[in-house]
Amino acid sequence: MTKIITLDHGSGGQASDDLIKNLFLKYLTHPELKQLNDSAVLEQVSGKLAFSTDSYVVDPIFFPGGDIGELAVNGTINDLSMMGARPLYLSLGLIIEEGLDLDDLEKIIYSIGRASEITGVPIVTGDTKVVPKGKGDKIFINTSGIGVIDSGIDIGPHRIKEGDKIILSGTMADHGVTILTKRAEIDFSGSLTSDTTALHNITSLLLDHFPGDIHAMRDPTRGGVANVLNELAENTELNMEIKESNIPIRAEVKAACELLGLDPLYLANEGKCLIFVSATVADETLKLLRNLPEGKMAAIIGHTDTQHPGKVILNTNAGGRRLVNRLIGAPLPRIC
Amino acid sequence: MKYVEEYRNNDLVAELATELHRLVDRPIRIMEVCGTHTVSIFSHGLRALFPKNLELISGPGCPVCVTPINHINDFQTIAGLNGVSIAVFGDLIRVPGTTDSLSSMSAKGRDIRVVYSPADVLHLAKQHPQRVWMLPAVGFETTAPAIAAVVLEASRLNINNFTIYPANKTVPAALDALFGNNTIKLDGLLCPGHVSTIIGLEPYRSLAHKHGIACAVAGFEPTDIFHALISLATMIHKRETKVQNCYTRAVTDSGNERARQLIEEVFTPEDSRWRGFGVIPGSGLMLKDKFAHFNALHRFTFTQNKDQDPASCRCGEVLKGVLQPRQCPIFGKSCTPSSPIGPCMVSSEGTCAAHYRYGSVEINL
Ligand code: SF4
Repeated sequence: MTKIITLDHGSGGQASDDLIKNLFLKYLTHPELKQLNDSAVLEQVSGKLAFSTDSYVVDPIFFPGGDIGELAVNGTINDLSMMGARPLYLSLGLIIEEGLDLDDLEKIIYSIGRASEITGVPIVTGDTKVVPKGKGDKIFINTSGIGVIDSGIDIGPHRIKEGDKIILSGTMADHGVTILTKRAEIDFSGSLTSDTTALHNITSLLLDHFPGDIHAMRDPTRGGVANVLNELAENTELNMEIKESNIPIRAEVKAACELLGLDPLYLANEGKCLIFVSATVADETLKLLRNLPEGKMAAIIGHTDTQHPGKVILNTNAGGRRLVNRLIGAPLPRIC
Repeated sequence: MKYVEEYRNNDLVAELATELHRLVDRPIRIMEVCGTHTVSIFSHGLRALFPKNLELISGPGCPVCVTPINHINDFQTIAGLNGVSIAVFGDLIRVPGTTDSLSSMSAKGRDIRVVYSPADVLHLAKQHPQRVWMLPAVGFETTAPAIAAVVLEASRLNINNFTIYPANKTVPAALDALFGNNTIKLDGLLCPGHVSTIIGLEPYRSLAHKHGIACAVAGFEPTDIFHALISLATMIHKRETKVQNCYTRAVTDSGNERARQLIEEVFTPEDSRWRGFGVIPGSGLMLKDKFAHFNALHRFTFTQNKDQDPASCRCGEVLKGVLQPRQCPIFGKSCTPSSPIGPCMVSSEGTCAAHYRYGSVEINL
């Protein structure tokens, strides 16, 4: 018989205790977490702190290229990294629906442990709740993270300037199209995989080399490249000129988007960042990026300009030109 | 994907655009009949490459848009019945009815699923035998054969918790009605290639002849569209009213006989109400009597809605090509894709949505 999560596992009694000791602490091994205190007590750090939180509700919880656990670790690390912070610690909050297969939970905790180990960012405090069947959807995860911003680093939309180059660190839409096709039970013969990856190595490398020239970084998750560019165009009163033929996209992702009538510019990425950099060092930045496995496919996709403040303009493969607006509603495949 | 890229080749498009500029030596008006063309033209940014003298008007070819509000209301009434689940294609879920949309009903706890093909509905019906499934059968000749095939399959397998609300429509009938009421003056029609893969060229021949208009059947890639526009411009220049097949890699003169047989086996033509047009004789597809048990109109006990399309919604005029989206007083104001008043703002194929998404008054790209 398969073992499942019951309400007992969230009661704070013996079952909870067993779950924590035999499963969670098996894969999450930071000494501060092992204390099982009410809060983690952490070493003093010097520099400004970055603090971020995000909740993960992805359905399906397992998908080609990753699972909800890995996503929750990488996602919050990325949110910290985009502000130029070095991620230091994570918290982990689980809301589990009664009936979740214990093996599935173990797989998820294993992959959280592994992602935390690979990235070097430990889980130092956590919490688990179990909700009755039907009151949740298998498992929801919240992670919060703390990072430190080294002195002299100041990045954000306020630093984006006219003429900055826009770099995308790799192919777009991999995560979004993988989840959408998986949810629709459309089989693309396993060729689509999520790109879930932590980006802190990319960001720290770039900031080490060009602390003054990296102006802003953003990870285009929900709403994709289009939404981030629109937000930044509005904030900066600049326009973003991008060139379709320069935007890296895997052939199978493109094919799936064509088939489903989806615009990849709006689909989520979980391991990519958009980087606004001074034009003078753009090529060198690109070279650095391409030396990292997570930046192999990086490309300069466009630049900022002042002609059409607040707009994002796409120069299409066909040689045409059009606006790229914000995403409106969920991306739905076309009807005919 | 190499295959597709060829039809988007920058240099080739530029060459074709130059040729089109040369040919269009006076103002001409062409209607792109189908929403798929509208979206393709916008999404590839082709408007920036067209000659100023070429006015392109969007037509009635968006199946979600032409579905009248009383049908939308009926879908929702059925969605509210106990034990009934709705399986719906993409955009239809967000189209506002008089008080609700299927999407708002889903938020309130009704079982409404987005599906990608009619076959998915049969699958759901088999998986959840305790519920009765209803597919709003909206679409043109392109979707009708697949729906017919599913009805036949349901009949063969004796699946009795599967129903459709027959609301399919046929394109040539609407075009005939469009010219019949004489409110719009057009020089040419850019006809949807995917519809012609089924119906062939013949229905357009009688249209071209009857209404004295040039027709070109086109694919949906940039070079396809330019080829067809060049062919139209040439015909218009010579005052010819012929039908040209500019999509020979997919369309044959006689279309797809087997697909048409499927439609004929399951459906029978019936008068159908279109948003903006009213009732067009013989333009709808009704389930034949022997499939009546799959017909939601027979299967469920409910009062069919009789509402008229709301007066504030000018979609009817947009669909007929007599009003440009931006001329609708509520465009971009109370009617936006996030809170649409009319279906033309909801559907990914809708003209208003395309204008809102890809174009802007502030910059004339
Ligand atoms: S703006 Fe809205 S109401 Fe007006 S025509 Fe377009 S969709 Fe219809």
